[in-house]
Amino acid sequence: MSTSRTGARSSRPRPSTTLLVVLVLMTAYTLVPLAYLVVNSSKTSGDFFSTFGLSFGSSFELFANIGHVFSYDQGIYGRWFANTLLYVVAGGGGSAIISLLAGYGIAKYAFRGRTALFAVILGAVAIPGTALAIPTFLLFSKVGLTTTPLSVIVPSLVNPFGLYLMWVYSRDAVPTELLEAARIDGSSELRTFAQVSLRLLAPGFVTVVLLSIVATWNNYFLPLIMLSDPKWYPLTVGLSQWNAQSTGTNAQPIQNLVLTGSLLMIIPIVAAFLFLQRYWQSGLAAGSVKQ
Amino acid sequence: MSPIPATRPRASAVRSRAENRTGWGFVAPFAVAFLVAIVAPIAYAIYLSLYRQDFFGNQTFVGLSNYVRALSDPSLWGGLGRIVAYIVIQVPTMMALALVAALAIDSGRLRGWRFFRLTLFLPYAVPGVVAVIIWGFVYGPRFGLVGSVNTLLGTTLDPLSPRWIIVAISIIATWEWAGYNMLVYYSALRTVPTELYEAAAIDGAGAMRTMFSVKLPALRGAIVITLIFSIIGSVQLFNEPNLLKPIAPNAITSDFTPTLYAYTLSFAGRQYSYAATVAIVMGIVTAVIAYIVQLRGHREAMR
Repeated sequence: MSTSRTGARSSRPRPSTTLLVVLVLMTAYTLVPLAYLVVNSSKTSGDFFSTFGLSFGSSFELFANIGHVFSYDQGIYGRWFANTLLYVVAGGGGSAIISLLAGYGIAKYAFRGRTALFAVILGAVAIPGTALAIPTFLLFSKVGLTTTPLSVIVPSLVNPFGLYLMWVYSRDAVPTELLEAARIDGSSELRTFAQVSLRLLAPGFVTVVLLSIVATWNNYFLPLIMLSDPKWYPLTVGLSQWNAQSTGTNAQPIQNLVLTGSLLMIIPIVAAFLFLQRYWQSGLAAGSVKQ
Repeated sequence: MSPIPATRPRASAVRSRAENRTGWGFVAPFAVAFLVAIVAPIAYAIYLSLYRQDFFGNQTFVGLSNYVRALSDPSLWGGLGRIVAYIVIQVPTMMALALVAALAIDSGRLRGWRFFRLTLFLPYAVPGVVAVIIWGFVYGPRFGLVGSVNTLLGTTLDPLSPRWIIVAISIIATWEWAGYNMLVYYSALRTVPTELYEAAAIDGAGAMRTMFSVKLPALRGAIVITLIFSIIGSVQLFNEPNLLKPIAPNAITSDFTPTLYAYTLSFAGRQYSYAATVAIVMGIVTAVIAYIVQLRGHREAMR
């Protein structure tokens, strides 16, 4: 079992069949639910109930189902999609920009109160988001902010972990001497930031943007408690509403819409992940050395 | 360098005032959002938790009596008990799977490791809501995949029964998060310097020995971090039970987890003061657990 194969990187170690079998099993666990989703998005309601879960139905109805998803209930799905984009751009994008500015400010300017402020913000990383959401709802409903898109966007703006990542990145990627040189040349601080620092910060910023996009795209609890008008729902809340309608006592036969709608919601984010692999990996690496 | 040394202190005072202004300028948007979305809600929740609302919405100051009520509330304790059972089942399972996968992918002995790394991470990109919806269909004992299997084999499996529901939720959460944790471990393994492996090989250490003496110690920090995040996430458990509730009404009650309970209190019960109290208690419980785990993790690392 333990022959000295750890000269590792120089001599190629023998591939292990045991490892392969274990990983194939784990891959099956990972892929079966996704395969189920794809297969059943292509079935009619009738076939959904009458055929085996992992085999295709008598006809391939994926495109008909997609059409149905967008036309059901006066095209509300398209509206939810647009709302989700709004929350992602305004909430997620806004949060990334705010984190970028603040992380840079804390890393590069020794202003008064900096240490205390940083300590408070880092402490907030550990505040459980769900436990915070109910107090936020209570406060926002007191001041009449609930049921508006702002009630979803404003809480999404604060991302202490994003600030932490941008602080690490600013500290390491922007040399202070460069800022001094720009100052001597008479460049204003804002201009230095926009023309010198921003370019150096870009890779770290993309990572934070990506993490913010995922967080707001997947956000469920906050919009669930804040919003009451389906017109403002994001996809997560809308789909869960459809899902609840498709079960229970007076259920509507819209399982195929729930499944196809879910599939459509996954595709953009999986595509984003595949194309931007490099960036989320560096973000994860930063997270893992946080200790 | 400067011809008139006397002006220097004044210049630096001006500089530091400018630095103050610029620094706060950069931080201001975050600070404002932080006040509005974190500090103010917490302060308001603490304020609310000290009052009681009567039927007409009048507030009366009641001191700590909401907290006294919470401490003896069977719904809250029952929910916490289920969370503990869930943590005991889910967290070690998920971390073990993630560790095995990370070590396998890093071992250099796995064919197609790039494929496995990408595939196992895939569920992280699936929104939690969608993940639970899919698994809800998979679990359906009559219409879903489990139903298909039951028809095929003549069995009566029901993952959504009260007996199996915590296991069923654990399987969903493990599916969602194992790949993410795997990547965190994998990133940590990548930071081990090659010389360390070479030294171990020269000392005659085998694959197992290298794993226990070099790789696992290198993973300690990552393991503590993921343990803390997993526990914090588990204590807040909400999405899975809330979304499975319509198809598992017998197994999932409205006080199944503390967060679900707080949600029910504020929306169905309109007991805002008490909902705020439950949220605060849960926040404190989470912070205490995270603190203990972190402390223990540090102590282990010192040893």
